Formats: sequence, C-alpha cells, structure tokens
Amino acid sequence: MDKKLELVDLRKQFNAKVVPVKNVSLSVGSGEFLTLLGPSGCGKSTILRLIAGLEQPTSGQVLINGKDVSRLSPGDRNIAMVFQSYALYPHMTVRENIASGLKLRKTPSGEIQTRIQDVTDFLGLHDLMDRKPGQLSGGQRQRVAVARTLVRRPDVFLLDEPLSNLDALLREHVRAELKQLFGTQNTPVVYVTHDQTEAMTLSTRVAVLNNGYLQQLDAPERIYMEPANRFVAGFIGSPQMNFLQVPCESRRAIVGNHPIPLPRGANMPTEITLGIRPEHVHLAQSDHEPALDGQVFLIENLGMHNLVSVRIQGQGEPITVRAIVGIEHRLAIDSTVRLAFPPESIHWFDVSTGDRIQTASDSTSVVSPSVTPTSVTS
Amino acid sequence: MVDYVRAQERRTGWFLTIPALLVLALVFAYPILRAFWQSFFTINLGNQLTPAFNGLGNYIRMAQDGRFWNTLWNTTIFTVATVSLELVLGMGIALVLNQSFKGRGIVRTIAILPWALPTALIALAWTWIFNDQYGVVNDLLLRLGLISTGINWLGDPTLAMISVIIADVWKTTPFISILLLAGLQSIPGDLYEAQAIDGASPWQSFRQVTLPLLLPQIVIALLFRLAQAFGIFDLISVMTGGGPGGGTETVSLYIYSTVMRYLDFGYGAALVVVTFLLLVLVVAIATFFLNRSRKRASGAV
Ligand SMILES: Nc1ncnc2c1ncn2[C@@H]1O[C@H](COP(=O)(O)OP(=O)(O)O)[C@@H](O)[C@H]1O
Ligand SMILES: [Mg+2]
Repeated sequence: MDKKLELVDLRKQFNAKVVPVKNVSLSVGSGEFLTLLGPSGCGKSTILRLIAGLEQPTSGQVLINGKDVSRLSPGDRNIAMVFQSYALYPHMTVRENIASGLKLRKTPSGEIQTRIQDVTDFLGLHDLMDRKPGQLSGGQRQRVAVARTLVRRPDVFLLDEPLSNLDALLREHVRAELKQLFGTQNTPVVYVTHDQTEAMTLSTRVAVLNNGYLQQLDAPERIYMEPANRFVAGFIGSPQMNFLQVPCESRRAIVGNHPIPLPRGANMPTEITLGIRPEHVHLAQSDHEPALDGQVFLIENLGMHNLVSVRIQGQGEPITVRAIVGIEHRLAIDSTVRLAFPPESIHWFDVSTGDRIQTASDSTSVVSPSVTPTSVTS
Repeated sequence: MVDYVRAQERRTGWFLTIPALLVLALVFAYPILRAFWQSFFTINLGNQLTPAFNGLGNYIRMAQDGRFWNTLWNTTIFTVATVSLELVLGMGIALVLNQSFKGRGIVRTIAILPWALPTALIALAWTWIFNDQYGVVNDLLLRLGLISTGINWLGDPTLAMISVIIADVWKTTPFISILLLAGLQSIPGDLYEAQAIDGASPWQSFRQVTLPLLLPQIVIALLFRLAQAFGIFDLISVMTGGGPGGGTETVSLYIYSTVMRYLDFGYGAALVVVTFLLLVLVVAIATFFLNRSRKRASGAV
C-alpha cells in the first residue's frame, strides 16, 4: 500500500503575535524524503509537532493515507519521531528503549524479537543492546533513536534536527547513513533542519520556510538553480548570493558599460534586483562582458579558492560583491579588479516583491507557491 | 612520581575538615557514647543518682517492659501511616503543581505554608480542630448529620492516633510534594512526548517514565521522613501528651518521661541506645536503596 502524508492549509497560532505556521499545504508520498528547511524560529518544529499531534492546528488538516487525523491523539496516528534530544529513556537499556513503543502497542513478543533483530542487524547495534543511554556516545544514541522509530514501521517518519547534536565529522558520516536507511523504507519522511547541506544532500524535495510561510517546494537542484524568491536565493548556497539593485533602461539592465537584456518575464521596471552566486562571478577577461570595477578589501582562503570581497562604488552607497577566485590569481588587498557577471548565471528578482522573474533557461513549470508576501529581507 | 599538588591538596582538605569533625564529635559522638556507657548502669532516684554497674540489666528490663513495646508499636504505626500517606498525597500534589496553570506560583507558595509553620503552633491548632466540644471537625460532622453527638477524638486511643496522623500528614505533605516537584521538573518533557507518540496512556507514562526517574527523590523523601517520623515528639507531646492511656505514646515520649519525669537515667540511656540502633538500621536500608535507585535512574546500572 502506498503511504501518504498531506498537509492542507495548516495554520498554527499560539497567540496574537506568534503564528509560526501560516497556511502551509504540501504532500509527501511513499519513498519521498521531504526536508523542512529554514532559519531558526521559522516554524519547522511546530509543523512537525502538528503532524505528530503534539500540537493542535488552529485551522487546516493533517491527512495520513487520505484520512484526516487532525483530531486524533499522537498515539493513534501511527507516526514515529526522532527528537532533537533523542528522548531516550535513561533508565532503560537500548533493547528496552527500542522495544518500548512496540510493547505499548501490545505487539506479540515474538514479533518484537524479530523486528528488533532486523533493526539491530541493519544498524549494527548488537554490542550496545544491554547498555543504558548514559553509556553511549552521541552518535550511538542517535542510532538508537533512529532504531526506535524504524521498528515501529510507521506510516510517517518525522525527524527533528537529528544531526544537530553531533560533531561535524560524525554528522557527515551519519548523514550518508540516514540517506541510505530511509531510502529503503518506502515511507514518507519529513525531516527538519536549518542546515542547507543536510537538506540538499538528503532530500528528494525541500520545503523552504520563512516566517511561517512556505517559500518554495522543489527538488534540491531546483531550489539552488531557480530560487523562487530573494529569500530562498539568499538562504540557499554558501557563500551567500550577491544581490545588486541595478537601474534598467528600455528592457535592459545597466551593469557597468554593458546593458544586459532583461528576461521576458519582466515588465518595464526602472530598477531590478540582480542576483549572482559568488562561484559564478569571475575576473573579467575582456572588455566585452558585463562587469564592474571595485576594490578588494577582504580575502578569505577556502583552500583551492579565495573568497574575495570587493567594494564597488555605485551611484549611492558602495556595495559589496563577493567572488570565488582561483588562488592562482594573486590578488592583494586594495588592488582594483574588474568583476564580470555572466548573463546566463544571473537570477532576476522583482525589486518590490522579491519574487523571481523567469528567464528563458528556467524549466517551464516553476511550482513555487504564490504565497510569498514580503519575503524580501534587505 | 609523587603527586605533590594532590598531596598538598589532601593535607589542606584535612586541615579544613578538622573543625567540623571536632564539632561533630562533640555534639554527636560524645552524647551517644555517653548514653551507651550509661546504659550499663542503674542511675535513678532509688540510688540517689549514684551510678551502679548493672551489666545488661537495663536491656533485660526493656525486653520485659510492656510499655516500651507498646511505644515501639505506636511509633511504627505512626511512621508507616504518615510516611505512606504523605508520599502518596505529596506525589499527587506534586503532579498537579507540575502542570502549568494560571496562578501556579501562588498555589505553590500556599502549598508549602503548613510546613513553614512551627510544629507546636500547628499541634495546638489541631488540638482545637479535634476538640470534642468546640472542634470544627465535630461541628461539620454534626451539621452534615453524620453523627448525633460529638466524638471525643483525642479521648480514644485509636481516634487519637488517627488525629495525630492526620495532623502530621497535613504538616509534612507539602515538604514531600516540593521535594518530588523538583524531581518532576528535572524529567525532560520530550520523554512524555515520545511516550504519547508511542500510544502510552497517562498511567503508563507515569509507571514507565515518572516513577522510575523520580525514584531518587522518592527514596530521599522516604529517608528523611522515616528518620523524622520515628523520632516524632513535639506534635504528639502538644496534642495528646502520649495519651490517652499511652495510646499515642511514641518511643521519644517514653524516653522523655523516663529521663525527665522519673529521672531514671540509666534505663533512659538504654532506651536511647536501642532506638538509635533501630533508626540507624532503617536509615542504612533506605540508603542502600537510595544509592541503587539513583544509579539506575541515571543509567549507570
Ligand atoms: N508552545 C509555544 N507557545 C508559544 N510560542 C511557541 C511555542 N512553541 C513554539 N513557539 C514559537 O513559535 C516559533 C517557531 O518555533 P519552532 O517551530 O520551534 O521553530 P524552528 O523552526 O526553529 O523549529 C518560535 O518563535 C517559537 O518561539
Ligand atoms: Mg526546531
């Protein structure tokens, strides 16, 4: 049977001021790994808790396999969750921790044995089964928490920042493991993180959230290649995308001496926001490309490359543009450079709404939600 | 290699502990050892308080002393009844206070008031509450038509015991509940959320999470209360003076009478020694369980 989780117009209001989830709709199918990605406090955990039934929605519905579970208690929803703190029972052994959910559901003990056996084989937990959580390392605890959800064979997996308590090296390792693990489950997975690398590497689809609003719901590569608005563009990708407000004249954006034709989607703006990722900005090779002159004021070594911050004198305040430049270009602080902006790598955004303006190279169906009110962060 | 720093620290440590050890020896070890010594002598009005060696005479007398066994029985009843009632009620109150509701701060403050009041005052108040002529208990029961004539609460051995137990429970339950509340607040909330997701009922969560994780606090409360209840003196002394007919006389009251009223110092000392050893035994057993439960709750075992 195919499993499915749907959120319909889900809204949560804690009080007059705090509305961390604002009319979010989405659906996750069998074998899909959906990541809720957004800055801290944007409502990711609240969405997860609404799905789990730990919070009641103010309006909207949660559907599991087509059935409205909004009024059901958490125990009746057949979901399993990995908490950020793992929430392991400190007084129980690993085996008891893993078995606890099954025991509560009155699973026959033979069945419990086989399922635990499967999961311990799968995760290699054999040596840990008789220990208590206090005697485990962070990574081991995390595996036990995952094992506890896997044995349940639920209709939906929920994971709230399960890697945030691990150190960087271990995180990378466990990330890869999680991807394999949940890839085999054929069950909807909703994963919460504020870490874009996790979102990009793990997910089949990413839901970018800000301020309680769904900003974009797309495959990871699309989120990166065609960000739906300025917020997504700025949030995804590291180092952050450069944004320049440039004047327009007769459907051309003026960048230095080289006007760039605006995409078809644009009306006749007098100004437009140009976005370009640092990895796409390069040192100008000729006079025949759109480029701007500026002064280097900061050089950060990234190994093979330098991240160079350049101050460009515009009409008003000077703006900063960052570019990734190979270390073979021996740039010095205060030297003058000419930065080129290849037109095919430019993202265009509406100055007032921050929404993406489609370009010819965009895939035809950009399914970004229409609700993106004032997502522009300047 | 000799660890000079460690050795020096140890020396400083001893140096700093000596005053405390001296005080302990003076106020704790000396009286007990002296009582132990005195318990082998007859020192009473019969011999003008001149100590006369008596061997185990006092202890043999104790074994045959019906009043002693009666007080020991009373003490045990009082201890078991108050400690178990206080634990159950204290747990209930702690669970309620652990919920978030409007005015929780005020309710918490009010809840601890009975414990903050002096025992003698409370005992006096309860004496009046249980008074057969003017007491509020009888008044209420009469008004409700449950009884036709006032009950002489403090005049009947069984009722008097029930009365002092009620008074002690009223006074000490807040202490237990505050102690347990502190324990409850240290249990992470997401354990309960994990339970809820797994479909546990509140009672199952209480059994599987609250109780085992609260065990250290429960045992501490038990330890405190066992020791306190076993030595109960002030409350009963004021409310009934051990009466009627020795119906509420506890070991402490008996010791007090023996020494202060009958001036029988030798026998009193023997009583003290036996009570002391009994108490040490009870506390040792409780401590054993405390350590085990603590280790278990922290996941070390
Ligand atoms: N029970 C609650 N009562 C009031 N406000 C809450 C509650 N839970 C969360 N919030 C608020 O909702 C917002 C979103 O929280 P959360 O969903 O935890 O964010 P995150 O995206 O970091 O997981 C935060 O501003 C938080 O303070
Ligand atoms: Mg969160």
